Amino acid sequence: MKLRPWQWQMGLLALALLLPLPLGDYYRTVLWRTGLYAILGLSLNLIVGYAGLFQLGHAAFYALGAYTAGILNLRLGVPLLATLPACIVVAGLFGYLITRPILHLRGDYLCIVTIAFGEVVRLALVNDVFGLTGGANGLSGIDRPSLFGLELRAPIYHYYLMLLVLLLTLGGMQRLQDSRFGRALLYVREDEEAAEAMGIDTTRVKLLAFVIGSAWAGLAGGLYAGKLTVIAPDLAKFMESVVLFCIVVLGGTGSIPGVFVGTIGMVTLPELFRPLKDWRDAWVGIAMVVMMIARPGGLWPSRRASSSVRGGEPAEEAP
Amino acid sequence: MQLVQQLVNGITIGSFYALVALGYTMVYGVLKLINFAHGDLFMWGAYLGLTAVLALVSAGIAGSPWLIVPIGALVIVAIAMLGVLVERVAYRPLRSAGRLPPIISALGVAFILQSLARNIFGASWRTFPPGIALPGGITLAEGVRLGWMQLIVLAVAGVLMAALYLFVQRTRIGTAMRAVSLDPTVARLMGIDVDRIIAIVFLIGPGLGGIGGLIVGLYYGSFDFTLGWTFGLKAFIAAILGGIGNIPGAMLGGMLLGVVETLASGYISPQWKDVIAYAALILILILRPTGLLGERVGAKV
Repeated sequence: MKLRPWQWQMGLLALALLLPLPLGDYYRTVLWRTGLYAILGLSLNLIVGYAGLFQLGHAAFYALGAYTAGILNLRLGVPLLATLPACIVVAGLFGYLITRPILHLRGDYLCIVTIAFGEVVRLALVNDVFGLTGGANGLSGIDRPSLFGLELRAPIYHYYLMLLVLLLTLGGMQRLQDSRFGRALLYVREDEEAAEAMGIDTTRVKLLAFVIGSAWAGLAGGLYAGKLTVIAPDLAKFMESVVLFCIVVLGGTGSIPGVFVGTIGMVTLPELFRPLKDWRDAWVGIAMVVMMIARPGGLWPSRRASSSVRGGEPAEEAP
Repeated sequence: MQLVQQLVNGITIGSFYALVALGYTMVYGVLKLINFAHGDLFMWGAYLGLTAVLALVSAGIAGSPWLIVPIGALVIVAIAMLGVLVERVAYRPLRSAGRLPPIISALGVAFILQSLARNIFGASWRTFPPGIALPGGITLAEGVRLGWMQLIVLAVAGVLMAALYLFVQRTRIGTAMRAVSLDPTVARLMGIDVDRIIAIVFLIGPGLGGIGGLIVGLYYGSFDFTLGWTFGLKAFIAAILGGIGNIPGAMLGGMLLGVVETLASGYISPQWKDVIAYAALILILILRPTGLLGERVGAKV
């Protein structure tokens, strides 16, 4: 029997809802982390996968979101869930301000500027910018989110909160992918000049991808601050951005299931093999090299991308 | 006079950046690949040098400054071979795979090298034994001192860079290298063995990076396994500043970055020196996207 899409989607949803129940707190936290990185991966996928822009400083926006939540909560006593919209706005705003002047840069240069920007954010946080960020130790004692007077303390609550956001993200990304904007993005990635000639405002489309992606990473940062209650500048470190970048590329750029495959490879499996902690990075590195040689398109490549490439070939062969 | 002293220090640090930046820029020139593993090859140069020095000290051969010459040669050879190996295993199979896969592969190699270093040499800071780095120096003018180590650094970096420049400009292999970086397909049609040229690039770039690592380790006295990321990123910025793919550009970019950073640290704030360096990078790229000496036209036409 062949399952219809909605059938296996429901199956996956049921699995996501039930999976943490028999597990202990440690594994529930691992699941929470997996989901959080999947949200981050999906947000970066919009920039790297759909728009084809090399963003190696994505963790900076994640950190901006976390610090927005932390500062609003600690300084002004805003309840954590109420800070989440601010996390989105602040990260998105920074995304706009940073990206606006650098969009015209070509692939590798863009990649370097994003790295530099990520480092600037991290160093600013370390240097206690405006006396708000608490320096190298970061901020601690952030309130946990509470819902109708119930404080979300146990990992299981955070898991379901994360799952709610993840589902929203998935729905949003799916809608986006099929929208006029999503198709414009893909067109820009495949051939910028042709897209421009068809009347697509390429700068606007790329900028929008950056802003939405950054804003959404900010939301993930807010969730992180609520769960851990402690945040440090390390959130914005280059390594974190590299992990996010690899999540998108390893699974297959521009592919939503690919993001989940990448997250499991880069986050879940290393987390479960804690005993091998010392050699974890080496294994991840070997896996990355071998994967790229064996399947340069990623483990679960986007079907849309491959079909569009196939369609494009005859035109190139024509004299 | 303080300004002159700052300039001297800045140029010294700049020559480290330049040595490492050359590796990035040469690889980028022939492969159009950001070799993220280069910083970690450089870090391995520092660790190999340290290991050799410690082995000599424990063998009872007292630390004479001259010992650094054979050790330096050893480090160059070892890291150069490691570089060729990396190219062979991780980059060559991906030569025709597009832009993203080689970048991921390079990041993977960086992970591996870093993890190996941390497991083999430990996660804590390692220090060179005394007696290797020369203390003291000469006073050039009132308030301006040039340490012996600084002098050695400048001399070694200067000689290596001059030699590289002459090699690339005057020899047949150097000409072939420039041809490959201009257009690999046409270079192949002209009878150039592109694979061999790329292997040579991976011999020279990491070799220079390795000796750079050793000198940096000696100059600062201690380092840890994150040396590769931090220093590598700065050196890469230097390469971009000068216009990536351009060899004199990497030298200029390195010096400039060193000087800007030292001045920023001396006159503004040491805490913010990295931020200022990155901000300078972002500004230059916005205003002049191909770098200072970048001749290659950026965007696809």
